[in-house]
Amino acid sequence: MLRASLRQISAALKEGQLTPTELCQRCLALIRSTRFLNAYITVAEETAFKQAEEAEKRYKRGQPLGELDGIPIAVKDNFNTAGIETTCASNMLKDLGVQMGFLDQSEIPGVIQDSTRRNVYQNLIQSLKTPTGALGSDTGGSTRNPAAHCGVVGLKPTYGLISRHGLIPLVNSMDVPGILTRCVDDAAVVLGITTMYIFVCSVFLFRRLSRSKLNSIYLTYIFLFFNVSCDVSGSLAGHDPKDSTTVQDIFQPFALPSLTDVSKLSIGIPKEYHVPGLSSEILAAWSKAADLFKNAGAKVIEVSLPHTRYSIVCYHVLCTAEVASNMARFDGLEYGHRSDMNESTESMYAATRREGFNDVVRGRILSGNYFLLKQNYEDYFVKAQKVRRLIANDFVKVFGSGIDVLLTPTTLSDATPYMEFIKEDNRTRSAQDDILTQAANMAGLPAVSVPTALSQRGLPIGLQFIGRSFQEKQLLTVAKWFEKQVKFPVIQLEEVKKCDSGVLQHQKSASFS
Amino acid sequence: MVSFLFVLKDLKIFNLPLKLAQSVVPAGYQITQQRVPIAVNGSLSYSLCIDNKMSQMVTKTVRIKQIQLEQDSGKSLHDDARSQTLVDLNRAGVGLMEVVMEPDMCCGEDAAAAVRELQLILQTLGSSQAIMAEGQLRVDANVSVHHPGEPYGVRTEVKNINSIRFLAKAVDYEIQRQIRELENGGTVLNETRAFDSKLGCTVPMRDKEGKQDYRFMPEPNLPPLILYDAKSLPANVNHQQVVNIDWIHERLPDLPSVKRAKLVELYGILPEHSFTLVNEDGLTDFFEDVVKQTQMKPKKVIGWILSDLLSHLKQHSLTAKESPISSFLLAGLLNLLEKGEISSSAAKQVFEELWKGEGKTPLEIVKEKQLELIQDQEELEQICQAVIDEREKEVMAIKEGNVKVINKLIGLVRRATRGRANPLLVKQILEKKLSE
Repeated sequence: MLRASLRQISAALKEGQLTPTELCQRCLALIRSTRFLNAYITVAEETAFKQAEEAEKRYKRGQPLGELDGIPIAVKDNFNTAGIETTCASNMLKDLGVQMGFLDQSEIPGVIQDSTRRNVYQNLIQSLKTPTGALGSDTGGSTRNPAAHCGVVGLKPTYGLISRHGLIPLVNSMDVPGILTRCVDDAAVVLGITTMYIFVCSVFLFRRLSRSKLNSIYLTYIFLFFNVSCDVSGSLAGHDPKDSTTVQDIFQPFALPSLTDVSKLSIGIPKEYHVPGLSSEILAAWSKAADLFKNAGAKVIEVSLPHTRYSIVCYHVLCTAEVASNMARFDGLEYGHRSDMNESTESMYAATRREGFNDVVRGRILSGNYFLLKQNYEDYFVKAQKVRRLIANDFVKVFGSGIDVLLTPTTLSDATPYMEFIKEDNRTRSAQDDILTQAANMAGLPAVSVPTALSQRGLPIGLQFIGRSFQEKQLLTVAKWFEKQVKFPVIQLEEVKKCDSGVLQHQKSASFS
Repeated sequence: MVSFLFVLKDLKIFNLPLKLAQSVVPAGYQITQQRVPIAVNGSLSYSLCIDNKMSQMVTKTVRIKQIQLEQDSGKSLHDDARSQTLVDLNRAGVGLMEVVMEPDMCCGEDAAAAVRELQLILQTLGSSQAIMAEGQLRVDANVSVHHPGEPYGVRTEVKNINSIRFLAKAVDYEIQRQIRELENGGTVLNETRAFDSKLGCTVPMRDKEGKQDYRFMPEPNLPPLILYDAKSLPANVNHQQVVNIDWIHERLPDLPSVKRAKLVELYGILPEHSFTLVNEDGLTDFFEDVVKQTQMKPKKVIGWILSDLLSHLKQHSLTAKESPISSFLLAGLLNLLEKGEISSSAAKQVFEELWKGEGKTPLEIVKEKQLELIQDQEELEQICQAVIDEREKEVMAIKEGNVKVINKLIGLVRRATRGRANPLLVKQILEKKLSE
């Protein structure tokens, strides 16, 4: 059951094959049995159940709020959700009260927590047990990278399509809420849901898990249950007065057509994505995918994005500059950690920040402030902005030449085992992690990682499609066709198997033990 | 000989693209329009009384260098003894408008008049309540002195002045201080000062530690604000998604200067009266309400509003809206006066009674205090005859040609009637009787 798509679950709920409380219980059981993975920081168990009961009543009356009523999703712990504690997996925010209306931010999704808190393999599988879908965020690749490593679909929408209100800012000019789902169709469904319940309305109670076990690399989830309704005040996508960078136009939710003919498609293969360090397995999967399109009649054209090679460096300059400014709000004055130091206010600020931020965050703040100094501003910040424009223009030119969608790898390789992962310092690591993904953030374009194959080690590999601005429908339609062709195996944890008895279990499974 | 420029602050809207590092704001940074102000090269016209005489007003214009939008910050209060800092975040993050004026003003009253006019404009537009005591409007006055024909002197900045009265005082004090300093062979330091309202003088402020590198960067959360006019407005745009200045301009309420001109034209009052009406909070509305409810000419009504009502309001520090005498009651009183039922001195008495706010109508007070004029001609004639009979000496004087003495007789008649006699009528009767 927990392997089914949102639409399937929704249909099962409507037909009464499954009730919201049953679904909720199964999800909670799954989370409990996989607690050793430390994927979730906060599980809003009681309220989730209460909400499930309410949804159940609505289904019994035949009046569900919408297609997704009664379906639980996970939310990355850098969204402020009404009534639920937000921690960002950081010491800085651990005392944050639930009543805060402020945006706040700390150890930052892209920045990664200190090494004691992470376990690559655990992470790898974590998204698998995300019950149905998850709301993440994507600054340089933080939705697409884990999606690729975990064998799920990760969508980074066009910058400005989805409101960032409630998302703790890392890099305002690049942050986008990301969507993680089991299949491409579900990503389109989640795009169409209302924001109201996620960001504003719901009041949840929650139970906290022991915080000593925080660990995930990419995503720390709050499990919450929310009622989704498609008829309340617009969708997740579209204009939000509380985020001036959102598009003014109204977003029309869409369902994806099933492509039968791809002969009219032009798929671009940007040669700059053939970077040093790209594993042969990924390269093979990439070529295979290109052939798949070619054989089906699509035009597959090698294209060039000449400035993309400078992207990762510029990304780091711009990212640290914004981090330096965004982290300034954590002074211990209004929320979050506050040092006991009381000699003076200045010393309290200093001690609070010293204690609250780890080396990675401190390093980013310092370098960001360095780039913004008067004598450095022109040389670093302005130059990086200019190159950013060139990078974006490269994409515009390629799409202007008739290319519909670009096909690239998402990551250099499959997931790195924990022991290897911790060998590299954070800067090197994030340069490797984001190298293939951050250009889409620099240009603000929509991109989706689609699970493609398993590596020799049996770990998932994903490929990335990058589309035209605000052309999510076209992008996802192509991704859906591709998903159908590659038939990515369903990966099953032993623990998941136990929880997952009964309905809709007709898919083949590959297992981890 | 003296010049200064000053800066004042406040507004609700904001939209601008730069962040600067700052400690006293919840976000840790302030947003400002450092590079591209929203408006440049403007001007503000205002009127100024010469020597405090309302009848001698001159219109002046001050050039506005620029208007820039930013966010207000918090306020930190340092307790050096306990090395503690208290932070007041009440205004932190609120949109703020900084108006930078050129050094076109030459004394405290001049500055005060300009700021008052600006305050009225902001209130009229609804940009800000601009209540200075609440920090919604603050003035930083830059003051320097120089001899005619010479370049501007070194200027000092008196920061955070929070009342118009203090502004006038602070500027005048600072001018005198600088002149004194220079005349004694000293120099003026380029420094920030604060106005001590209790001592009535300016004092140097604690200097901020060193020069700050604010580490500005563009604010990505606020897209550029593009102002269009009817000509530059692109075709096929959604009108709700763009700012069209012409559209907004058409919908602006009357600004204070227009309001004054209309009052002068509509009611035939003097320009200086229109100033007082517009400058006093709610007084124009009060005046117009009274005019609507009375037969008395606006020209006469204005006297009651400005000399009687306003002086009472000022004495008790009230605004027109808080007046214990409503426009309805005042109109009632003026109607009694206009119809000749009471004398103007009686009307003043009724006014005093009304001010007590005991809920009585003017007519009730007139009845209770027997203030109505004696309408009975015969009764008046009898009283006049009695006075003439008693005052042979005065009557003789008048008959010998000293006409002015009649005023004394009129006074006596009024005393005998306790003010209830119409002085014009009394004069007529007396003249008639004396010429017989």
